[in-house]
Amino acid sequence: MMSKQTKPAAQQIAKSRTLSKRQVIMYAVLAVAVVGGPLYFQSIGNAFLVHICALIGIYVLLSLGLNIVVGYAGLLDLGYIAFYGMGAYVGVLLGLVFQHLVGGPNSALAGYSYWILLIPAALAGAMTGLALGTPVLRLRGDYLAIVTLGFGEIVRIALQNNFLGLTNGAAGLPRVGEVIVPAAGQKWVYLHLSTATFTFSKDLFWYFVIVLLCLLAIFVIRRLDNSRLGRAWVAMREDEVAAAASGINIMKTKLWAFSLGAMWGGIAGITYAYWIGFISPESFNFMESVLVVCMVVLGGMGSIPGVILGATIIAGLPEIIRYLAQSPLLSNVLTAQQATAVGNYRYLLFGGMMVVMMALRPQGIIPSTRRAHELTNVPSVIEEENEALWEAEHKSETPRSL
Amino acid sequence: MHIDLSTLPQQLVNGATLGGMYALVALGYTLVYGILLMINFAHSEMFMSGAYFGLLYLNILKKIPVLTNSATGIVILYVLVFILATASTGVVGMLTERFAYRPLRNAPRLAPLISAIGVSLLLQNAALLWISSSSIPFPLLFKVRSFKIGSASVSTMQLLIIVASLVLLALLDTFVAKTKLGKAMRATSQDREAAGLMGVNINSVIALTFFIGPALGGAAGMLSGMYYGNVKYNMGFIPGMKSFTAAVIGGIGNLRGAMLGGFILGFIEAIAAGFISTGYKDVIAFFILILVLIFKPGGLLGESVVEKV
Repeated sequence: MMSKQTKPAAQQIAKSRTLSKRQVIMYAVLAVAVVGGPLYFQSIGNAFLVHICALIGIYVLLSLGLNIVVGYAGLLDLGYIAFYGMGAYVGVLLGLVFQHLVGGPNSALAGYSYWILLIPAALAGAMTGLALGTPVLRLRGDYLAIVTLGFGEIVRIALQNNFLGLTNGAAGLPRVGEVIVPAAGQKWVYLHLSTATFTFSKDLFWYFVIVLLCLLAIFVIRRLDNSRLGRAWVAMREDEVAAAASGINIMKTKLWAFSLGAMWGGIAGITYAYWIGFISPESFNFMESVLVVCMVVLGGMGSIPGVILGATIIAGLPEIIRYLAQSPLLSNVLTAQQATAVGNYRYLLFGGMMVVMMALRPQGIIPSTRRAHELTNVPSVIEEENEALWEAEHKSETPRSL
Repeated sequence: MHIDLSTLPQQLVNGATLGGMYALVALGYTLVYGILLMINFAHSEMFMSGAYFGLLYLNILKKIPVLTNSATGIVILYVLVFILATASTGVVGMLTERFAYRPLRNAPRLAPLISAIGVSLLLQNAALLWISSSSIPFPLLFKVRSFKIGSASVSTMQLLIIVASLVLLALLDTFVAKTKLGKAMRATSQDREAAGLMGVNINSVIALTFFIGPALGGAAGMLSGMYYGNVKYNMGFIPGMKSFTAAVIGGIGNLRGAMLGGFILGFIEAIAAGFISTGYKDVIAFFILILVLIFKPGGLLGESVVEKV
């Protein structure tokens, strides 16, 4: 029955490796926009937009990570932000230790702490994922959502209560970044491209760091998706029992998804901490988790271009509307207050969006082909086959004559 | 650690008060789960809605002089407000089912859960944007007195909550066990398709469930508003989570389990807050939830369910 649709695997892979002309143009335009956009904003002296671009980048990284868990493995994680927080706090705290070891914030080595601690922070995220996943991944999907939510809250409350005397409670770690990263004028790890008219600002530098991390994430995740593990995720997501029967170790497969997703959370966390230079528990609350879930759902679960678009829309739109209201372009149409109101309405809109999306387009804006198939209620292959079998059996049955 | 046992009776009274509220909310989770196998994530917002509806009707009805002149009038006023608020929350619950969950009844399990999170965000932010972003005082037109039982002091408010929740729990238990509609609900939760074939109108049974569950949650919300003296747009989140924990402790899908779980959690929390630490008060429930799910996922009274193919 399926044979009509399946092409030889080699042919399919070959097709996916070569890009069509349209795709080449599209990628080129995207690359120019991603690299050139913020450079342009900076050159016209608009530092705020550069900041927004970097922020969108952080959310892209987070939603790419969560997409592994929700999109590929089909596990709803409502406490994803805990891994983000873990990366941030571990990064900053280890940064302080590192700085102490190399001889204070003014030493030449101190500026490298982010690069050295990137991997420990990623590991901290992954280990937290592993530690949480080991007991809870045996639970069914909806229980898992609640337990991860609970875990996220536990982490936030622990941070807020100055856990082990390390986290400085609700006040956060004040401007730690400023201590860790050498001040302007000191020897700095990144390029000084500044001219009289153009400053290669801190935000711009971090923007490019974040873009590189996103590219790395996309590369790794694409490779994973096509690997044995990626196929195991799909099998498990579609039917756990059948996947287990086919020899997939469910626990191991889920744990891989969980900790690989958490790893990107950790990376995003340390990057955010070193970029902003200040972290507090309130940055890692439940709403942030929900926001990242929204990004994945809106863009399309399991689809890399989808989640990037979702993150860009959800993280960027309110800020851009608020910004436009102050610019001459829209200030006649929209007052600053109205624009702020639009920003305030975003959670309301996202809530409505999640309901509408689930009812009308559960596969998201740019769906992953496979996921779309699962989500839009086509009668499953098994059911079709069963029906065909039943018909076949009953046709051949000759009416019994008594 | 210094433990002073003389406050134990007081903690038990506080625990019973909390437990009554948790039990009411937990029933909403358990009813919906029993019938649709879905965690109604928006249930915590029903708690919040109940409190807001209570406030609304109280402010309208207290303008009628007959209801505020005498003690009997005030009692009637609060009973009326309570009934109206509960029923309105029930209607909100039915509407969410109709528009957010019914279209997804045959969708994969992740879909209704995400939709429910959306409803929760929607309701919470509607209250935030259109009512108030800060907490609003909940007026009490009668004086709260307290009296002593042994070494514990019990306020009339606490007594009211404990009695009201016990009455509602008994009513629900009788309804589900004895009436024809209750039988239809039990049949639907056992096997939706078979119940449909036996002539049960599945859609109306599910709608009824989404009336009763949120109505009980709303009742708890209003009681909580009266008890703590204020309402806020995000007041439902923490009690919602804790009540879900209560439902899981008792065995989700099991009505008496939810009641039991509610009271157990209320006692544990009151005792823990009294003797351990208030800073981590909200964490305790989450820890219990994780522990119960790991070691006894079926809960105290639930059956262990085997994943069916």
